[in-house]
Amino acid sequence: MPNSDKPMHTLSVYVSNKPGALARIAQVFARRGFNIESLVVSPAVDGHFSRMTITCSGDPEGLDQIIKQMMKLVDVLHCIDHTFDKSVMKEMGLIKITVDAGSRSEALQIAEHFGCKTVDLTPGSMILQVVGDPAKINALEEMIQKFKIVELVRTGKVVMSRGQDIT
Amino acid sequence: MANNSIEGGQAIIRCLENEGVEYIFGYSGGSVIPIFDALVTTETKIKFVLVRHEQGATHMADGYARATGKPAVVLITSGPGATNTLTGIMTAHIDSVPMIVLSGQSVSWMLGKDAFQEADIFGITMPVVKHSYLLKDSNEIPRVMREAFHIATTGRPGPVLIDIPKDVSAGVCTVDLHAEMDLPGYKINSEVDNDTVLEIAEALAKSKRPLILAGHGAMISGADESLKALAEKAQIPVVNTLLGKGVFPETHPLSLGMLGMHGTAYANKAICECDLLLNIGSRFDDRILGKPELFCKDATIIHIDIDDAEIGKMIQPQITCVADAKAALDELIPHVPVLETAAWRKHLDSYKTKYPLKFKRQGSLKMQHIIDEFYKLSEGKACVATDVGQHQMWAAQFYRCDSRHNWLSSGGAGTMGFGLPACIGAAFGRPDDLHVCFVGDGGFQMTFFELATAALHKLPIKIVVLNNHYLGMVRQWQELFYEDRTSGVDLEGNPDFVKLAESFGIKGFNLRRPGDVKRVLQNALDYNEGPCLVNCEVEKTDNVFPMIPAGAAIEDMLVEPPKRKLEKPTGST
Repeated sequence: MPNSDKPMHTLSVYVSNKPGALARIAQVFARRGFNIESLVVSPAVDGHFSRMTITCSGDPEGLDQIIKQMMKLVDVLHCIDHTFDKSVMKEMGLIKITVDAGSRSEALQIAEHFGCKTVDLTPGSMILQVVGDPAKINALEEMIQKFKIVELVRTGKVVMSRGQDIT
Repeated sequence: MANNSIEGGQAIIRCLENEGVEYIFGYSGGSVIPIFDALVTTETKIKFVLVRHEQGATHMADGYARATGKPAVVLITSGPGATNTLTGIMTAHIDSVPMIVLSGQSVSWMLGKDAFQEADIFGITMPVVKHSYLLKDSNEIPRVMREAFHIATTGRPGPVLIDIPKDVSAGVCTVDLHAEMDLPGYKINSEVDNDTVLEIAEALAKSKRPLILAGHGAMISGADESLKALAEKAQIPVVNTLLGKGVFPETHPLSLGMLGMHGTAYANKAICECDLLLNIGSRFDDRILGKPELFCKDATIIHIDIDDAEIGKMIQPQITCVADAKAALDELIPHVPVLETAAWRKHLDSYKTKYPLKFKRQGSLKMQHIIDEFYKLSEGKACVATDVGQHQMWAAQFYRCDSRHNWLSSGGAGTMGFGLPACIGAAFGRPDDLHVCFVGDGGFQMTFFELATAALHKLPIKIVVLNNHYLGMVRQWQELFYEDRTSGVDLEGNPDFVKLAESFGIKGFNLRRPGDVKRVLQNALDYNEGPCLVNCEVEKTDNVFPMIPAGAAIEDMLVEPPKRKLEKPTGST
């Protein structure tokens, strides 16, 4: 969950897959006092490059500077702000809850409603896998609170532009 | 060794030769021995300058680059050798100076295992380099060397660090030394947008009180002639930043000299009263803005900068031109009409008469007097290096620069200890020119060990130590804003600088009385058997004016010592 009251932004960065590239990008955020809330890095179709989706919180006025500072990095090909566009934004979460025979069916009912998969089941616990936009995962998290949440892991948001637009 | 293959260290030297490198400034050490060995085995013509401390090497390289416009090379060892370069790299980075730093490193299989003299210099320097590399393979050398010079010298220049593990410099390089670059993410904004140029010309045509602000970017892009052509054609007055000294002749009738915290009163008044400000390659540093929200608040601001990240960082301009300064001006000049600025110029000239830069030649010996006299005796033609502090500001005020590459000063970083090594580096780059270093007693003692380098190479530099036995600029702040509570600024225990110079085999002069200024400086200028030093025992508690307190509006400039008590400044420095 966001730990700041500053607005959240979603950026995609297309970057050369080279040592140090991530550290340089992280420094741009740190130096301008932006907090990175989530960060997803994966190889692009062309393995020489990586795709990053960065969710961060901070002053909107500072964001323009962050993007320009990132564009300045030799390893960065482009950086796009997707905060207000209609891109596809998805995230996956794994939630491990404590359930017993009495509470299991209610938990499964909620899970089914959110389209979750049960990826682990033991007599005392289960792990739910949820995929969707971040708001959906937040909603599931709230509904499932009534069971004891033992662990919660979220991948962070990944983003892709629709149609012909570039991510 | 196979055919067509050479050692990594030799490949590095060959690549430096291909880039036209004349000098390497550096210091040897265990992990960099293969490259030092290659300096011998390749029988290269590149000359190696052994300094006395790695910081000195970086400032020498910096001075060389600023004085010649060419990139400079530093070669140092791993661990402490590398970390000692940090201040010099940071200084070059903030002032956009092209520099290649080659650092030795432990063998690659020991990286991260705390080997002797291992430091993660790639990580440590990351925030203060334009780019950096950690080599893993000897065959990467040709491509990386080529990329490093390209990145350091193009766009907005800056330092590039290459960390070279010993097994890479000692390993075998089998690839072609003229390798292709692979920089898909590196963007240079050199194209000039024609519509923007027309927009600028239109804004200028409407302006009644236009003003040009010339910064270091204009200098780097070599826009001096274009700038002069523009200012003269359109009759626009020009102010320059500290690092813009020389890009427009400061003795030109249209010049108002340096603006900012200790700039001329007339430059700062022009900023307050102009209706259009054309900023060419200045990053609107906090020392020229005063209070950013009040800076030129009623004027149209046009910002030309090659670095897009500078646009809107401090000041939001009405017209933006992300381009090379010279290219932009050359496009602009044909579209700019002759402007009716006679009244505006006359008005500004009245400020020149009313608020001249001044000092007293009688009484105690003044730094200003010495700098002013040196300016006259050298006919304004010296390549001037300064250190940081009061003397730097007075040098900026009284040593007017008429051509580029003649003003070497640590602007953004404010690095004490910069002056002497920078002057030495400049003298290597331009051995036939006159070089002077104005340095305070504080900064001089941070890097005076490079006197050995100057003496060894018999460099024709004049070191003018403006010795007030204080860290004068901080003392000035304490006097003005902290009720004269001096703290940590009294440099008691200074050595005898003339004896110090003599111990290095350097000629020393003492200067104590105003009446002796001309004679002693002339003696120093006439001395031509290598470096000489003039120790000037100056007034201890003089203050630099004009002054805009940090964070105050430019309108609140103090032209003279204030009679009232001042609030503590709101700006940082």
